[in-house]
Amino acid sequence: MSDIILKTEGLTKHYGGVHALESVDFELRTGEHVAIMGDNGAGKSTFVRQITGVEQRTRGRIVFQGEDVNFKGPLDAREAGIETVFQNLALADDLDVPSNLFLGREKILVKLGPFSILDFKGMRAATDAALKRTAVKIPNLGNAIRNMSGGQRQCVAIARTATFASKLIIMDEPTAALGVQETRQVENIIRQLKANGEPMILISHNMRQVFDLVDRIVVFRRGRIVANLNKSETSGEDVVSYITGAKTGAEYAGAA
Amino acid sequence: MTDASAVMGQMDKPRRKPWPAELNALIGLVVIMAIFEIVGWSLVGQSFLMNKLRLSIMITQVAVVGILAVGVTQVIISGGIDLSGGSIIGASAMIAMSFAQVGTNPRAIFAAQGLVDLPILFPILVGLSVALIGGLINGALIAYVKLPPFIATLGMMVSARGVALWYTKGQPISFPTNEFMALGDGLMPVWIFIGVAALFSLIMKYTVYGKHTYAIGSNEASARMSGINVERHLMLVYVIAALLAGLAGLVLTARAQTAQPVFGTMNELDAIAMAVIGGVSLSGGRGSILGTALGMLIFGVIFSGFIFLSVDAYYQNMVKGAIIVGAVALDQWRQKRQAMEA
Repeated sequence: MSDIILKTEGLTKHYGGVHALESVDFELRTGEHVAIMGDNGAGKSTFVRQITGVEQRTRGRIVFQGEDVNFKGPLDAREAGIETVFQNLALADDLDVPSNLFLGREKILVKLGPFSILDFKGMRAATDAALKRTAVKIPNLGNAIRNMSGGQRQCVAIARTATFASKLIIMDEPTAALGVQETRQVENIIRQLKANGEPMILISHNMRQVFDLVDRIVVFRRGRIVANLNKSETSGEDVVSYITGAKTGAEYAGAA
Repeated sequence: MTDASAVMGQMDKPRRKPWPAELNALIGLVVIMAIFEIVGWSLVGQSFLMNKLRLSIMITQVAVVGILAVGVTQVIISGGIDLSGGSIIGASAMIAMSFAQVGTNPRAIFAAQGLVDLPILFPILVGLSVALIGGLINGALIAYVKLPPFIATLGMMVSARGVALWYTKGQPISFPTNEFMALGDGLMPVWIFIGVAALFSLIMKYTVYGKHTYAIGSNEASARMSGINVERHLMLVYVIAALLAGLAGLVLTARAQTAQPVFGTMNELDAIAMAVIGGVSLSGGRGSILGTALGMLIFGVIFSGFIFLSVDAYYQNMVKGAIIVGAVALDQWRQKRQAMEA
């Protein structure tokens, strides 16, 4: 189908003898927000690392926008339009907000190879625009990230995904370390992205958040997908029993 | 939605911008100069600062190590360390000088020069090539073999010194051409230092190279995840550091009008100390060339001041050690305080 933006077939990742991911088939449609849930070590983050090119898969296919893709690194994935907010934020603490938003793909004023001169004005303007789009307020953009609160840092990380015309946004536990207010703001940003029709994969442990924000829930257990649930047809207890292994989806019966 | 973000805006009050480390260095410099000035008037009966000759000797002495320190600064900002600079000064000085000798000198290393002086470009390119090789090896060991920078450059420090000693079996090389000597003549080392420092100050502030160097030193994993080619970048960082060491070697040997295999010994530590005194953080990500230049001036003022007060030269090294330890302690304390504030 043409509206499938991301698809994996038999995606497998082994770390030596550890089978972190075992033939995962996954689909994401245009404009859809899908949550990936599962216990620690179930393979959620490993799955994301394969899709985003941070690691190289052992086997399997990844189809992005109808084409087989083989990302050599995170920049490849990013250039293809997959933006990721990583669990550990991936921000450089000593740089300011615009530098972080554009890290690795700076706007250039004069091209001189590695000594290309940066376009500070352009990056600053694009940063303002991105923060406006995500309704993030950061008082002093010139301040180093080090001097900001956890919520502000997370907002910078999320604004980074919105700076670039992305086709798929992946968030790995974006609110794990945040307070109530800050979590609320991040969730608002996610709703905004949903309204903009940008597809997203959200990894979260927070049941309320997941039911609040996404359309579909995919449950991982021991490196396999064990359930693929529409939000309207399931409940928190149901999801928990899939996560803990009390239940396994009928179509995945052979898996676990 | 707007309400929530408005609340956020109020909740996260902008934290005050941290006090720049360069300002500390500048204050330190002024205070030390003032102390020597006061002590000078009361003990020696003359001004410390109002002496053109003293100032020019002071600045030319530190300028050579200053060139090295510019390279070391960007290495430290990238989160690494370079201990090989002093030895690369020695190796490039020796080998370059052998190509800068007056052709008519019967004891020239390359008697086959055939009574002709080689053009000045020759020793310069040879000296820089020697440094380039050292830098490439450093960079490859650190970026690709993944050795800790301390170990890789420690090895180069020993080996490059070995090259300097092996080249003439420990003999000095003398009698350079006038052309070559001009590189170190008068205030030339100072002008070269100013040029190098200004260039790299701009590079670190306004180019992709600088931005990525800070990013890698700040958080290497995040730099990699942002798509920066960390290996290639580190390679470049260590090559540039070595090239600047090579340049310092050329200037030093031209100024001394001779090359000795021991040239540059311990200069790497002076360079690191200058950077740290100037507020460059040993844990990477923070600092500036301007800070290092101020650190260099502090170094110069202290040792010039010691000579001015006729303090025994042996005390200088003792004090130097104390300064290095003190500067690192200050850096640690600064970081701890910032971590507590954040």
